[in-house]
Amino acid sequence: MLGFTRTRLLLIAASLTASLCWAASGWAPLADDGLHDPNGPGIRLLQQPGDALSNLPGDTAGNNVHWIPALQKGVIVPREKIGKDTPVRRYDRDVFLNLYGSMPAVRFPHKPHTEWLDCSNCHDQLFKPKAGANQISMFVILQGQQCGVCHGAVAFPLTECRRCHSVANDLAQRLAAEQAIADAQPDAHARLEQMRREASVPLLPSPKGTP
Amino acid sequence: MMPSGLRRIGIALACIGSFLTTPVFAEYADVVLNRMAEKEGMRPVIFPHWFHRIRFRCKVCHAELGFKMRAGSNLVTMGDIIDGKFCGACHNGNIAWAPENCDLCHSGKPGLPPGIFGGHDTNGPGRW
Ligand code: HEC
Ligand code: HEC
Ligand code: HEC
Ligand code: HEC
Ligand code: HEC
Ligand code: HEC
Repeated sequence: MLGFTRTRLLLIAASLTASLCWAASGWAPLADDGLHDPNGPGIRLLQQPGDALSNLPGDTAGNNVHWIPALQKGVIVPREKIGKDTPVRRYDRDVFLNLYGSMPAVRFPHKPHTEWLDCSNCHDQLFKPKAGANQISMFVILQGQQCGVCHGAVAFPLTECRRCHSVANDLAQRLAAEQAIADAQPDAHARLEQMRREASVPLLPSPKGTP
Repeated sequence: MMPSGLRRIGIALACIGSFLTTPVFAEYADVVLNRMAEKEGMRPVIFPHWFHRIRFRCKVCHAELGFKMRAGSNLVTMGDIIDGKFCGACHNGNIAWAPENCDLCHSGKPGLPPGIFGGHDTNGPGRW
């Protein structure tokens, strides 16, 4: 009886250390990943995830790679198009969602998204391009729709709540209000620029000698 | 004594079981394409997102080349690939090695269902 129990305990210990090994190494070798055929002819030729990914900025979820700084710091330089004439579209605007929920507000940043993705990956299929025009919900996201099309599949997983729910509600409310004020005056920047130019006229030497 | 003993057996069985059923430790976002490959006598195809996103942004495949973002929703044939569509837009001996390297793409274990793998934390849309 005792020996039997000890065998069982050993098995438990063995499997625990086995899973700890997985957790510690981060990237499983292809031959043990449950997908690749360890007896197939291709396996020796393919690159091991750990060989490539361990050189990139680290993370604790998904591929264990922090992909945004990897791209922005130039550690990786992925091509943005193949065709010579394919347009490249970028957009830098934050949209604040869920300003009044029980969780902190969600900041959706267009900048890092459009560095990786094209507008057509989200607009208008997944989201209408208008703040507040979509009924986004955590329940639907967890079903693999809306943000969950990518997050939980290829982009960082949904366990990382605070990366989306990242801004205190009151701050997000103020930021959204400021954004609305700026939007209501599309020419505000142009007018400011004009004022500065006018104010500095006397200080500048006039190009053609006229005052 | 009895309940804790039973529990230990349970845990032990669960551990052994998980080994017997070959647990999947696939790299996050690996995709299996197997709508036809195995029926036609080839191993399933494994597409590694991690490998490709080091070299290409999502928009290249999912906007320019028209891969729909839903595992199993793209009907890819070898004819398409040789004609320069889907994987063949790059695997043409120019941007990447040519389609004759069958075993590099057809590298999966027999019997894998199409879908996205590696979501050890959340399972991803293909699995919900
Ligand atoms: C946008 C271009 C592009 C597309 C589309 C593409 N690949 Fe690749 N792929 C590459 C490049 C570049 C390499 C690296 C080639 C090299 O190392 O010479 C590569 C390498 C690979 C590798 C080898 C990885 C390793 O470990 O060395 C596999 C497997 C692969 N691709 C499968 C696929 C499959 C399957 C598809 C279609 C579902 C596909 N690729 C579509 C560009 C692409
Ligand atoms: C990919 C981004 C993302 C991640 C990760 C994420 N959420 Fe959300 N969550 C959202 C969005 C977007 C909404 C809906 C915002 C709205 O109301 O318009 C939301 C809404 C919610 C809501 C309902 C509104 C509220 O505040 O009561 C809850 C609760 C919630 N999330 C909890 C979580 C928890 C817990 C996690 C981690 C397990 C999580 N979320 C991870 C994006 C995310
Ligand atoms: C990853 C998905 C995604 C991508 C890619 C994306 N968007 Fe958006 N966009 C959103 C979401 C989410 C919203 C907010 C919708 C809401 O509040 O209901 C939004 C809102 C907008 C808005 C309204 C902003 C406002 O404050 O009213 C515009 C305009 C917009 N997007 C333009 C673009 C353009 C142009 C591109 C490409 C350069 C782009 N988007 C790429 C997801 C995306
Ligand atoms: C079409 C795919 C796609 C969709 C849809 C999408 N994301 Fe993302 N998101 C990405 C990718 C790719 C990254 C880059 C990081 C990565 O891959 O882990 C990213 C990164 C982020 C980041 C990190 C930004 C940073 O600076 O660290 C946040 C926050 C985020 N997404 C929130 C959202 C929210 C909220 C939604 C839904 C309203 C959403 N995403 C929908 C693909 C997507
Ligand atoms: C660049 C990656 C890649 C290479 C290289 C490749 N294949 Fe495929 N092959 C695929 C993909 C992706 C599919 C679609 C898988 C599915 O959904 O079943 C496929 C499907 C197939 C199919 C079934 C569909 C059809 O068109 O009949 C056969 C048979 C096949 N491949 C044979 C081959 C042979 C033989 C070679 C080598 C000469 C080869 N493949 C090389 C990616 C590749
Ligand atoms: C080299 C080409 C390529 C690149 C680059 C690429 N993908 Fe994919 N993606 C694919 C292929 C192929 C599939 C599988 C399609 C199928 O099974 O029909 C796929 C599937 C997906 C899916 C569906 C997963 C599911 O759960 O059903 C999502 C989401 C996705 N990709 C997001 C992304 C994001 C986000 C990026 C950038 C970080 C990206 N992809 C980069 C080729 C690519």
